[in-house]
Amino acid sequence: MSLLEVKNLVVEFPGRRGTLRALDDISFSIAPGEVLGVVGESGAGKSLTGASIIGLLEPPGRVASGQILLEGQRIDNLPAEQMRHIRGRKIGAIFQDPLTSLNPLYTIGRQLVETIQTHLPVDAAEARRRAISLLEDTGIPAAAERIDHFPHQFSGGMRQRVVIALALAAEPKLIVADEPTTALDVSIQAQIIQLLKRICREHGAAVMLITHDMGVIAETCDRVAVMYAGRIAEIGPVHEVINTPAHPYTMGLMASIPDMDSDRERLNQIDGAMPRLNAIPPGCPYNPRCPRVFDRCTRERPDLLPAGVTRAACWLHDVRQPAAPAGVPA
Amino acid sequence: MSAVASELAAGSARQPAGTAAAAATVPLVQARDLAKTFDVSAPWLNRVLERKPRQLLHAVDGVSFEIPRGQTLALVGESGCGKSTVARLLVGLYEPTRGDLVFDGIEAHKVFKSREGLKLRRRIQMIFQDPYASLNPRWKVEDIVAEPLREHGILTDSAQLKERVGQLLQGVGLSPLDMLKYPHQFSGGQRQRISIARALATEPEFLVCDEPTSALDVSVQAQVLNIMKDLQRKQGLTYLFISHNLAVVRHVSDQVGVMYLGRLVELAGKHQLFGQPRHPYTRMLLDAIPKMHDTGRARTPVQGEVPNPLNPPTGCAFNPRCPHANDRCRTERPALLTLGGVKVACHAVEEGRI
Repeated sequence: MSLLEVKNLVVEFPGRRGTLRALDDISFSIAPGEVLGVVGESGAGKSLTGASIIGLLEPPGRVASGQILLEGQRIDNLPAEQMRHIRGRKIGAIFQDPLTSLNPLYTIGRQLVETIQTHLPVDAAEARRRAISLLEDTGIPAAAERIDHFPHQFSGGMRQRVVIALALAAEPKLIVADEPTTALDVSIQAQIIQLLKRICREHGAAVMLITHDMGVIAETCDRVAVMYAGRIAEIGPVHEVINTPAHPYTMGLMASIPDMDSDRERLNQIDGAMPRLNAIPPGCPYNPRCPRVFDRCTRERPDLLPAGVTRAACWLHDVRQPAAPAGVPA
Repeated sequence: MSAVASELAAGSARQPAGTAAAAATVPLVQARDLAKTFDVSAPWLNRVLERKPRQLLHAVDGVSFEIPRGQTLALVGESGCGKSTVARLLVGLYEPTRGDLVFDGIEAHKVFKSREGLKLRRRIQMIFQDPYASLNPRWKVEDIVAEPLREHGILTDSAQLKERVGQLLQGVGLSPLDMLKYPHQFSGGQRQRISIARALATEPEFLVCDEPTSALDVSVQAQVLNIMKDLQRKQGLTYLFISHNLAVVRHVSDQVGVMYLGRLVELAGKHQLFGQPRHPYTRMLLDAIPKMHDTGRARTPVQGEVPNPLNPPTGCAFNPRCPHANDRCRTERPALLTLGGVKVACHAVEEGRI
């Protein structure tokens, strides 16, 4: 059984000028211990997907339909108090900016002990012992001393280690990591990614890694979901999605990233921009920018269709109704 | 007219005709031993009562490089290495503590202070990182792009201004009709194009770009990088390009300078630097780039962190993180030497240990 299952999730923001649909029919699952990457441009809905799962959607945003199941139990309709116990105990969260996710007025030890005692039936001394071992686990030197320091006394990379320790404090089954390395330098980024991978493997936690950085996805994830305009454009094993993408958007995205191996005078660019939520075109949301668009794309919305080992929301992969006599990729 | 002014006038007059000739002789931009020190001491009273010493932060400590006309020098390094301070020194937003910028044969920082400074500033413009913070939200695009034209008295007639703004917007792939809109009506990539249009308004020869695509998504980043390259080809622009993204740097640059704690540790042509990195820090940075097409392959993580710049290590600033450090590295600061055609500041490379 999958650890997390998201079924036909729709998130809406009601407003004065009508309701905006920010996530539109998202479905995916995460197996125990798996690392799923979620990638996309700003505004594609990646962070919103994470926020829906940990129950931190900001009002007026709301889950309009669909279900989120954790270990077979629905968590999208739980009262706030019950959700608070699941968050932290079963789902841990890591956010982009380690400075804003730690309370500057408390020592990190106090924050760790509080989290551990909220979720686990241990006394203060045992909680502190655990906190120190968690900090040691995340590679903080002299953890027994550093535990009584305040967040501002740590560097950015060290703070992110503290945040990872905090997310793991109650041994959750799933970690939602929203851009955990974006605020860090590239040398520190590699350290943190390795730490996240190692520690989740040791603790048997699954990870949903939200990022816009394809390089981070490539080295970390088992599977990846590519999001576009509030929908999943393509989902599948990371190697195939990166090296043989099936959706024209994924192809364009991969080609627009400057890489270290080739010399190109111009980068491949995707013209235009992702549509705003109030102006999503009918049919496939990518159709105005797609180089392989045909009439059906502007009329009918594609579901995720099997495309080799991945699944892509693109009519080019509809075997029942092939697009053009010549143009169907394998 | 002073000597400097006539030199300035001559410089701008010969630009269209003599670009090739000038490029062959003197580099357009020469940074000579640039240094900037910030005083971050506690207030005077605290220093007296608590006996705290003065504290100086050497943000940039003796950086020299040259950029020939029409080429791009990229500066890379981790946060706090001083690359943005170099950018601000080059456009005259900071005054150097030591050293100078020689721009087209002119000692720029002397001229910036004089009445002729405005003319020089026309020729050097800057593009900032955050396109949300660098455009005034209450101004229309027309006013934003026209501001430098008005400020420098290049055009005063409003019909001519409108026409010029329209041309500038077209030059960066926007529509002239966009001049009637406000910044919030544009996406991040479009805003960055507006910034570029504004920077180009005074027809500068040298553009300092401080992380111009770091706030943008990759597909939009490609659009902006392509526009910058097209403009360079068409108008013979010279760029200083600051970025922490090595793949982007490899795409745009001719020369690359790697900075660590306020100093250049390696300065080399793009192909040499990426093909045969010499300095251990450069090697480490290159190893730390995620490889996209080898999925699941872990990077070699860099050990340790950048030291506190208020209290830098003695000798080579990189020695606490360097696998090749020995006693000499811990005591004697290496100079930037030309070794095998590239400039490297490393004892181990100089001694042939690596």
